[in-house]
Amino acid sequence: MVDLLDKYKPLLQRLNAIEQAGSRIGPVNERLVSPTRAIIDGRDTILAGTNNYMGVTFERECIEAGQKALEEFGTGTTGSRIANGSYAMHEELERELASFIGMKHCIVFSTGYQANLGMMAGLAGPKDTIFLDADSHSSIYDGCTLSGAKLVRFRHNDAADLDKRLSRMEDDGGGRLVVLEGIYSMLGDRAPLAEFVEVKKKHGFQLLVDEAHSFGVLGPNGGGLADEAGLMDEADFIVGTFSKSIGAIGGFGASNHPMFETLRYASKPYMFTASPSPASIATATAAVRLLKREPQRRARLEANSTRLFNGLKGLGLELGCDRVSPVIAVKCSDEPSTLAMWNQLLAAGVYVNIALPPGTPGKLCLLRCSVSAAHTDEEIDRIIDLFGSVVVGNVLAAAASA
Amino acid sequence: MTSEQKAIFDKLGELLGPFNEKEVEIKPETEIAVDLAIDSVSVMDFVMEVEDHFNIDIPLNVLSDTHTMQDMVGVVQARLKKA
Repeated sequence: MVDLLDKYKPLLQRLNAIEQAGSRIGPVNERLVSPTRAIIDGRDTILAGTNNYMGVTFERECIEAGQKALEEFGTGTTGSRIANGSYAMHEELERELASFIGMKHCIVFSTGYQANLGMMAGLAGPKDTIFLDADSHSSIYDGCTLSGAKLVRFRHNDAADLDKRLSRMEDDGGGRLVVLEGIYSMLGDRAPLAEFVEVKKKHGFQLLVDEAHSFGVLGPNGGGLADEAGLMDEADFIVGTFSKSIGAIGGFGASNHPMFETLRYASKPYMFTASPSPASIATATAAVRLLKREPQRRARLEANSTRLFNGLKGLGLELGCDRVSPVIAVKCSDEPSTLAMWNQLLAAGVYVNIALPPGTPGKLCLLRCSVSAAHTDEEIDRIIDLFGSVVVGNVLAAAASA
Repeated sequence: MTSEQKAIFDKLGELLGPFNEKEVEIKPETEIAVDLAIDSVSVMDFVMEVEDHFNIDIPLNVLSDTHTMQDMVGVVQARLKKA
């Protein structure tokens, strides 16, 4: 008999090697102190890798909304949206989100990952083709696979490459969906949306923008990259998540398409899972309203991001992209040294993300920061100081010897 | 192997070079991901190079049934005929 888990032996060896080097993948937060502070290994730690962009997780009105929903509607819905799991509050959140983005329709999913599964598999079928950016998030790849559509991968952020692939493909009579991300999670770079819109005009396809890291963050209305670029009308479908700027759990898809609501009866990741719990929906709704009412949070996030970006750049570190975004990744030289530095940063009191191949583009080893509107200037400066003492010497020495 | 297949095989071997960090000897029966011990992203990046060199499209779905160099030669040959 073949043991099904045998195939993971190389993975286990890699994890063991990481542990022996003194690291733990995913350190445990023993206590949360604020959106930007936690107790990890008994130490007060600055959180700089939580995607908590708007810092809403401890907002009084969000917590109270969650508590009220828990009291009045119970711990869970115990059912799918198409059975017993639709409450007035689910529809209320969908209306709130649609209004926030400025689209007619919105469907809420139980997680952000499922939003991508549900949207890709709902929109595309075996006769269609999905063109996806090479650096797409795993949930997009998985959603594409689930759809059964023909999958064509184009070079990251390269509209000319997409143009070439669209030109090369014979017309097979199926629909064509192009999938981009507002901000790419690993390097923090934006999709050059205007260039892709030109290709859209030339070839004709439907466009989906995953605004997971940009919803609530970019644009005059916080609608995401499409809002920032003034191209909301060109995005046929928007996907977003609650686990970042909204500080809850869940996800959504939005569109102006008159048949969009039909996906509720066609998209299995929507139909065959329990709907989000009342507390989660209520906190998300409160957070969306908060973001709408307090656009200054976006300004604060931008100021914080600029402070960290300039600080790290000033240290001579090579960053993931040239433009400020709340995702700021520092390029490191190799896995062992990246792990060692990540450990040292954590021991010194700052948590950032460590990102290693194959989860990164171009086999990069990254120490990835995500900035929050709730970070204080002192916290940002402390992060910069620690990168200065822990990371700079190592990375520059490695670059010099390379 | 026909001369056309041999030519495709040789070119694939060349394109695989940058991904073959362990410098494994490339034979028709070489399993690309397993024998070269490269991850799924590298396999997709390799396929992108193949697509661009031959000016063909190899949808990712095709890859689930494509394991060896010989399989890959077959895919390229079929796609070239289609193009």
